[in-house]
Amino acid sequence: MKLYEYQAREIYMKYGIPVPKGEVASSPQEVRRIAEKLGSPVVIKAQILVAGRGKAGGILFAETPEEAEKISRNLLGKKIKGCVVKKVLVVEKVQFEKEYFLSITVDRDNRVYCFLVSRRGGVNVEELAKKHPEDLLRVNINPLVGLLDYQIRKILSFLSLTSNQKKDLYKIIKAMYEIMRKYDCELVEINPLAVTTRGDLIALDTRMIIDDNSKYRHPDIEEPEEEYTEYEKIAKEKGFSYVELDGDIGVIGNGAGLTMATMDLVFHYGGRPANFLDIGGGARAERVKEAVKVLLQHPRVKVILVNILGGITRCDEVAKGIVAAVKEASVEKPIFVRMMGTNEEEGKRILRSAGINVYESMEEAALAAVKVVR
Amino acid sequence: MILVNKETRVLVQGITGREGSFHTKAMLEYGTKILAGVTPGKGGQKVHGVKVYNSVEEALRENPSINTSIVFVPAPYAADAVYEAIDAEIKLIVVITEHIPIHDELRFITYARLKGTRIIGPNCPGIISPGVAKVGIMPGHIFEKGVVGIVSRSGTLTYEIAHAISKAGLGQSTCVGIGGDPIVGTDFIEVLKLFEEDEETKAVVVIGEIGGSMEERLAKWIKEKRYSKPVIAYIAGRTAPPGKRMGHAGAIISMGMGTAESKIKAFEKAGVPVAKTSREVVGILLKYV
Repeated sequence: MKLYEYQAREIYMKYGIPVPKGEVASSPQEVRRIAEKLGSPVVIKAQILVAGRGKAGGILFAETPEEAEKISRNLLGKKIKGCVVKKVLVVEKVQFEKEYFLSITVDRDNRVYCFLVSRRGGVNVEELAKKHPEDLLRVNINPLVGLLDYQIRKILSFLSLTSNQKKDLYKIIKAMYEIMRKYDCELVEINPLAVTTRGDLIALDTRMIIDDNSKYRHPDIEEPEEEYTEYEKIAKEKGFSYVELDGDIGVIGNGAGLTMATMDLVFHYGGRPANFLDIGGGARAERVKEAVKVLLQHPRVKVILVNILGGITRCDEVAKGIVAAVKEASVEKPIFVRMMGTNEEEGKRILRSAGINVYESMEEAALAAVKVVR
Repeated sequence: MILVNKETRVLVQGITGREGSFHTKAMLEYGTKILAGVTPGKGGQKVHGVKVYNSVEEALRENPSINTSIVFVPAPYAADAVYEAIDAEIKLIVVITEHIPIHDELRFITYARLKGTRIIGPNCPGIISPGVAKVGIMPGHIFEKGVVGIVSRSGTLTYEIAHAISKAGLGQSTCVGIGGDPIVGTDFIEVLKLFEEDEETKAVVVIGEIGGSMEERLAKWIKEKRYSKPVIAYIAGRTAPPGKRMGHAGAIISMGMGTAESKIKAFEKAGVPVAKTSREVVGILLKYV
């Protein structure tokens, strides 16, 4: 779960990390009021979850409250990188001399927390790692031991700071780690951490991603509305694991790996998968019916390919679900099914008597589906 | 065979739950020796003839030959169950549970490694040594005793490929599902080390998917160590879009890392053939064994 900048900012503030003064707004009038209160030139930042909003015109500057109101009138409601701007963060414009990059992530391969620090802030860190690896410092933190003082000293000495700035950064680093642990984060990032012309450290952008599996521990955090497509929303509501692609062959499978392999097979035979839809393990007829209906309704899907390997999932239940979906739907689309495993014969019988194509192997089924669209 | 053999004596943690009970029955039917189950507060009950205890310690006191645990405990309580098994000195713990918080996984896996306990999973189908025992949730009838070792990040896709290997008459020595989460207790390299020492295993099939760099590290290791057995790889997710979780928590291309192309390239560089379809895996295997 990615948080909006303003949500992360509130948490950072609670932990004593300095951020520019400001507030979040959802109307041009509010923006003006905040700018008046700040009494200085402001930065207006679109609150969207995709990266790279600056280059896409999502971060704008205003000298006066009037200008801020005018700018935000255009920005609010605008679509940036596919996301509609519903809120903006209005903050004082900070004059700064230097920018750094700080982040904590989970390093999945080494099974540790990783603190990444760069002497160059404000830029994309992946690019940085490629172009200036000498300016990047990695500190691995053992999850049982936690962040140690010597590790913080290593980070402090990597950046050229005054002794007062070092004291401040020490507190920021500690706070970041505390946030990482307290909020079950996958990412806590400050980019950039700026050194102002007055010599103060300040977090100009604040990012946080909370582990999806830990959401239940943080009921107080409002989940941002992510930009899902219409059908991603429908499938999500019904509890399916669903991802939209741009092809025309709808893919349903049981299990993530098998469903991905089915998509890949469609592509291998020259077709284009329209989606990834995993019905999970042990799905009953009702659930299968709902899954098939999602794809029957989807205008881009021309044919549906179902690949089931029965274990705890029973083929007869799947067959009943498919037949029920076809009966209830108002549209007709060719459906190709491959099923194998528990109650396979009964499943195939149900499908055949309803006139639905059923195959022995996933290769045959995928090939047949591809032929229809080509 | 590796990890699971005729000496395997199993404890089922979370045995009274729907999943725990269902798979206890299936494992017993397969011939797995399950000695006890644990669900705190439900001690004294029986599940498919298996006695339930309140704690792992109690279960081990009466059944000291237990050497393997399988965990079905729901995600919010799974970490506690794993620590309990580690502290009771059970040396192999198979964690089936999906959706465990990643910070919990980081900590109990680190703890287990310090204590010399092997964790398989979380979010995995478990382990099967065909004809001998299964400590997992896979449909047993798909597997046949044989010479191919399988290690995989996925469930049903493993069954698909195992089935094809069975049909080709090769069968499997052991299949290990290492799990679909970003953090797993045992990785590809560790399982391949075990397969290398196992006489029955004549070739290894690696089923990877998008996300992370476990496949890349394995490829590099195979090349550097000059791995002595033929390895065939399959990677799911060639068509997966970046930034989207494909079902498994760990199956995500993030910041340009973890693409299928990167993994395929790494294997090819290491001289490991990569099958384009799951059916092709068998075709390549037949050339080696």
